[in-house]
Amino acid sequence: MTPKAISKPPRANWRRRSVLPGFGLSLGYTIAYLSLVVLIPLAGLGISSASLGWNEFWAIAFDPRVAAALQLSFGAALLAAIVNTVFGVLIAWVLVRYRFPGRRWLDAAVDLPFALPTAVAGIALATLYAPNGVFGATLESVFGLKIGFSAIGVVFALIFVGLPFVVRTVQPVLEEIDRETEEVSATLGAGRWRTVTRVIMPGLLPAILTGFALSFARGVGEYGSVIFIANNLPFQSEIAPLLIVIKLDEHNYAGATAIATIMLVIAFVMLFVINLLQAWSRKWFGHD
Amino acid sequence: MQVRVTNVSKNYAGMAALADVSLTVGSGELVALLGPSGSGKTTLLRTIAGLETPDSGVVYFNDRDASESRIQDRGVGFVFQHYALFKHMRVMDNIAFGLRARKKNRPKEADVKLKVMELLDLVQLSGLEKRFPSQLSGGQRQRVALARALAIEPSVLLLDEPFGALDARVRKDLRRWLREIHDRTGHTTLFVTHDQEEALELADRVVVMNKGQIEQSATPDEIYDTPATPFVFSFIGESSVIPVVVGNGRATLDERVIDLEVGVLADGPAKLFLRPEDVAMVTDGGPGIPGLVVSTRRIGGMRRVTMECGLARHRIEFDAPAEIDIHNSQRLQVRITGGRVYGDGEEGYATEKLASSDTADFKWARAEGWIDR
Repeated sequence: MTPKAISKPPRANWRRRSVLPGFGLSLGYTIAYLSLVVLIPLAGLGISSASLGWNEFWAIAFDPRVAAALQLSFGAALLAAIVNTVFGVLIAWVLVRYRFPGRRWLDAAVDLPFALPTAVAGIALATLYAPNGVFGATLESVFGLKIGFSAIGVVFALIFVGLPFVVRTVQPVLEEIDRETEEVSATLGAGRWRTVTRVIMPGLLPAILTGFALSFARGVGEYGSVIFIANNLPFQSEIAPLLIVIKLDEHNYAGATAIATIMLVIAFVMLFVINLLQAWSRKWFGHD
Repeated sequence: MQVRVTNVSKNYAGMAALADVSLTVGSGELVALLGPSGSGKTTLLRTIAGLETPDSGVVYFNDRDASESRIQDRGVGFVFQHYALFKHMRVMDNIAFGLRARKKNRPKEADVKLKVMELLDLVQLSGLEKRFPSQLSGGQRQRVALARALAIEPSVLLLDEPFGALDARVRKDLRRWLREIHDRTGHTTLFVTHDQEEALELADRVVVMNKGQIEQSATPDEIYDTPATPFVFSFIGESSVIPVVVGNGRATLDERVIDLEVGVLADGPAKLFLRPEDVAMVTDGGPGIPGLVVSTRRIGGMRRVTMECGLARHRIEFDAPAEIDIHNSQRLQVRITGGRVYGDGEEGYATEKLASSDTADFKWARAEGWIDR
């Protein structure tokens, strides 16, 4: 290197070169893409519902039928997500921990609710659980339990479509768990139950929460499968997305967007809370 | 607690990880299982812990068959190379885990705390009890893992490459420190390592393993000075190997370029093993093995010289004083002052130690001209 090159002052450069190149480009692209695909359409939703005016907006929001539909949508989604969390973790456990004939088939079957048009799922469930269906008839005559064409049917449909989310988020984390951690636990005198509850589960918690959140989010947005199995009676088994479609059919676009906006806000708040919970659990359990 | 392994075999998919291994570790002994990867040392350690079930053979703790008790009740403290700490637990909860998991006579929480503090003091981590494992350095994590294993007052302490994941300096410190802890607590301890220096420095006894079998089990001095097999010789320390032919009590190479008296070894092919200190440069013009220098490198106060000799250009490594200038392609003469010759015997290896004191015992052939290439 010539002395001249050394004496040359370094160029003023606010952008430090990172080891990972392309930060500016990829972040720019990410923001532009997210805006185009998610943020702008959602903002449009907000703007068009804003044209409604506060009084009208609140009138729609507190309309008993809308409130009942929202309650059912979120309540059923929550219930389904809880059920999915319990059984999803169990399925993930079985798939990861044990080797048995047909495991791959079972593993593939978990994804079916992802792949099927949800209407197909709805028809299948309706056939089984409708009052004249195989299960539906038995359950109603023996236990007096009406599943198809009721709010319980909604929960059933949401359980079906939400299951893969929990399994697929928990499975890889469970696979990553070190055998040695469990072996240490055993040498220290802990039995199976203690090892599972004190050593394995806490490590899975963030993944379980993610699965729960995804399953819940899916449940809130689900439409296709639900309308087949629920008989969609106002105040009983009518979900909010269906109500939006009904408003649209009535050319009541303002009403539809109002309900949509309310759903958006509630969903956002809930997912935000779940995210906080996740961050907290990560910190608490010493991840990162 | 004495640990006795009797005729233990273990196969993985047709491969023998352990082939009829027997080993007795006395109470309070500190034993190193040394060997290359795949030699079965870890399998042996895990079998003693009960993490593996042997295909045949029995592990006794004192006179009790250890397989009669569940792994939870064996009372082994196991330390893994990658610590296997519970990531979601603070240091103190990690250490207290074994005490809290006890079914019978579980100590009161106050006593658990006391014990944890005592152990933290022992492993010199006082004040870090509230940290999570991710907030500790590798050496600190391994010390937590050891404290956790010691908390259950194990009858045997087993460590699987305990310092393998640490950098050289921390490793040295921890080594000395583990020795101190062992001397203070007196647990029967076995540790696995592939680092011969670690094994020789730390252990009372070194068990050298290869291909699922024990090659030699002896004190560090014996392992270094009288290696039982060629494998042990070459695995421990630096060594050069030269194939020779034994006949009439002499080992020769290439028409007597090397010609040594080897005593009682049976006739046939044999191997001459030399450590760098077994070879000395001839500076007084006396007889010696001629050779050509191919490389030199500086090791501490000495210069390690690699020299080729014989028609097949066998390499000999030896140390020369650093102040003597030795350059590549230089012709030198060396004399052998020690080393061992291993011949293929009926059972294992016959070995003959070469005299180290008097070089006059070796009769060197005249080797003029052979080095012309």
